[in-house]
Amino acid sequence: MKILVAVKRVIDYNVQVRVKEDNTGVVTDNVKMSTNPPDDNAIEEAVKIKESGKATEVVAVSVGEEKAQETVRKALAVGADRGILIKADGILEPLAVSKLLQKIVEKEKPDLVFMGKQAIDDDCNQTGQMLSALLNWPQATFASKIEIKDKKLEVTREIDEGLETIEINIPAIVTCDLRLNEPRYASLPNIMKAKKKPIEQINASDLGVDTSPRIEQIKVEEPPKRKAGIKVKSVAELVQKLKNEAKVI
Amino acid sequence: MSVLLVAEHNNKELKPFTLNAVTAASQMNNDLHAVIIGNNCGDAAKKLSELPLVKKVIQVEAVHYENFVAENFAPVIVKLAENYSHVVCSANTFGKNLMPRIAASLDTSQVSDIIKVISADTFLRPIYAGNAFATVKSKDPKKCITIRPTSFDPCESSGGSAPIEKAEPSEEFNNTKFVKREEIKSDRPELGTARVVVSGGRGMQSGDNFKLITSVADKLNAAIGASRAAVDAGYISNDHQVGQTGKVVVPDLYIAIGISGAIQHLAGMKESKVIVAINKDGEAPIFSVADYGLEADLFEAVPQFIEELNKLNTIQK
Repeated sequence: MKILVAVKRVIDYNVQVRVKEDNTGVVTDNVKMSTNPPDDNAIEEAVKIKESGKATEVVAVSVGEEKAQETVRKALAVGADRGILIKADGILEPLAVSKLLQKIVEKEKPDLVFMGKQAIDDDCNQTGQMLSALLNWPQATFASKIEIKDKKLEVTREIDEGLETIEINIPAIVTCDLRLNEPRYASLPNIMKAKKKPIEQINASDLGVDTSPRIEQIKVEEPPKRKAGIKVKSVAELVQKLKNEAKVI
Repeated sequence: MSVLLVAEHNNKELKPFTLNAVTAASQMNNDLHAVIIGNNCGDAAKKLSELPLVKKVIQVEAVHYENFVAENFAPVIVKLAENYSHVVCSANTFGKNLMPRIAASLDTSQVSDIIKVISADTFLRPIYAGNAFATVKSKDPKKCITIRPTSFDPCESSGGSAPIEKAEPSEEFNNTKFVKREEIKSDRPELGTARVVVSGGRGMQSGDNFKLITSVADKLNAAIGASRAAVDAGYISNDHQVGQTGKVVVPDLYIAIGISGAIQHLAGMKESKVIVAINKDGEAPIFSVADYGLEADLFEAVPQFIEELNKLNTIQK
């Protein structure tokens, strides 16, 4: 079984994101970039499945500028066998990314495609579902547990009401929740080894997909600021303020 | 062309956020139709027809719609979408799972999780965990929009009498089978719509200590929330998680206990009207959004808080 894992390079989750003064986007110059956190869970799960003997190859793919190669390299350092970078500049909407991934799926013919459930930059939560639609494959979104049963997967999904379990036939798409597993750190020897693993580079324009944005970003602004509150000295004062000042209890 | 809202329901009743989604959809175009897809969902369809903002209800029924599997829902909505300019539903796990499947089939670039309708094609949406707001204009001929339910008021729920039309179901998608749903039943208000939310974080130190959160919530008739750290640690189940990848809540009162306030958590609660933080670390970022901060050991402060609430004795259920 072959597993394709899609990874995205995003602003690190610890960075306090700042809006550009000209309101065209957020500041990305000299800002730490990392793998989108739930994509780390996707890679971890694929590598675990390979280690259990149920998969033979894990391929990491990213779509983006040249530097997204670092994100693919990181996936190789934690156990992916080889990488693919689809080079594309500018804003890529999830629809465009899913069409590019569809081309890679047609070429690589994986049994499973994993990715994070949501990217923490655009917060769209679309790509996995869109790719499933384009391929007409089953989708298991927000997965917190995956069990492989022959040519099927039993997946536990985190939903608003609690948990849901579905069974899907392979080939299938799974989008991963942060609770699916605990992503490992890459060891130094594995980081060195990853430098020798192959990364194929493909130009998005060579895949015959129109990636031009369908959504015009008119402006990006700071959200309204909350005015600073006060510190109370005691529980009694807190309760008094909530009752008499805020009038919420 | 009209707007098509996808109703969320449990085959008997409408889910509360359907009312918020109707409000949002009606702001895109007031000629609003709603589709309800399910199995034996006639009661819910009738309730949908009673929403005064809904001009027509389309009811689609089949056994394979019983459990709301997106692979079954998408084809029927894609077919209906021929006659509509917009398809709209809530950006909760129901809509997040479903809408991109519809959008890709329509070759539409979806606009997710909007918090304001500026015009029929222009919307405001938070990005980067709410650290920036983007104004975006969809250029696709058909628009697929998910709306953040807590950013729109629920619509009127009675007085309307829209006609209910039946539509043909699409075929079953055989590669996905629903197995089970484990819903956590509770007498408390729902987290997404509660007037008061009491949340615990890693500072609670154990699942057992979450009883303190429960006691405060009992006093205030509140829903219980949690930070991702608390859910990851197993103190409480995932349906309580508030934050960027959990639920977004906008209660009148949000009480954060033992929560440091990572940006990912703030993304889910910082629009609350009044925020209280109880934390022993005076430097914790939660204090930067709190209207009332109490720097104290929660294991001393929370029992005192419960005692003070008992003294008030004016808690309205």
